[in-house]
Amino acid sequence: MHEELRGLGFTVITVAIDKSADDARPWIEAARPTHPSLIDTTHALADRYNIVNVPTILWIDERGRIVRPNDVAFGTDTFKHITGVAAAAHLAALRGWVRGEAAALPEARVRALQTLPTDDDQRARAEFGLGEWLFTQGRTAAAARHFARAGELAPHDFTIRRGTMPMRGIDPMGREFREMHGAWVKAGNPYYRPLVE
Amino acid sequence: MTEATFTIIDDGRVAALGAREGAELLKRAEAEGRPVALDPDERAAYLGVTARARAEALASLEAPDFTLPDLDGRRHTLVEHRGKKVLLVAYASW
Repeated sequence: MHEELRGLGFTVITVAIDKSADDARPWIEAARPTHPSLIDTTHALADRYNIVNVPTILWIDERGRIVRPNDVAFGTDTFKHITGVAAAAHLAALRGWVRGEAAALPEARVRALQTLPTDDDQRARAEFGLGEWLFTQGRTAAAARHFARAGELAPHDFTIRRGTMPMRGIDPMGREFREMHGAWVKAGNPYYRPLVE
Repeated sequence: MTEATFTIIDDGRVAALGAREGAELLKRAEAEGRPVALDPDERAAYLGVTARARAEALASLEAPDFTLPDLDGRRHTLVEHRGKKVLLVAYASW
């Protein structure tokens, strides 16, 4: 997508929300991206954009304005059977916007579709931030306490609840993730929340 | 005797301070209504950014700037791409 549209004044920027560059390295090296491919171990991006799960995409225009707020979109249909989100609609909309054939969302619509952080979201991010620093200091047990507290404050924030599993010695694809996911969905909460335009 | 240190992480910036200075920063952040995570045993605290400040920034629709490293440690900033349309993609290995 980046290669196809880069001549039109467009770039992709990817950000891996991972505990270390080495966690993201195999993915990035396999993709051999020609666009900025960044690593966010401290959730600096998640904090600024209220990102609570991955994948999350946004569109930002030439003036630095958000013209499509946090949305769920995939580059391919590889995981469609799990996620229920098809890639095609977003890719078509993106092409149309970059080529200037279609407008992005009007400002009022962008604001209506935004989810803004609550006090508990930000308290959770502070607990995460302390836990992440403790983890880098080798204080894994102390770190785990703060990650647990963060998850209680923001149970919908899977960058915290799932994203910290590798720092707690838990397989983020394993039984504990499936149990967390199952309980969340059973309680009537969607795991992915694509925008409804 | 040297004073024990206290680590304050202020919106991601780490500083090892004296215990008294750390306690003062903590008190000030709390007075300002900032979210604070404290670990007295580990002598460390994280001072976050208020929901109000983050929400106002997002609702302004001015894309919040950020600086993050790539695999080679080279730092990239969003504003470097002003003048281009940007698809920002957050993903993870988990």
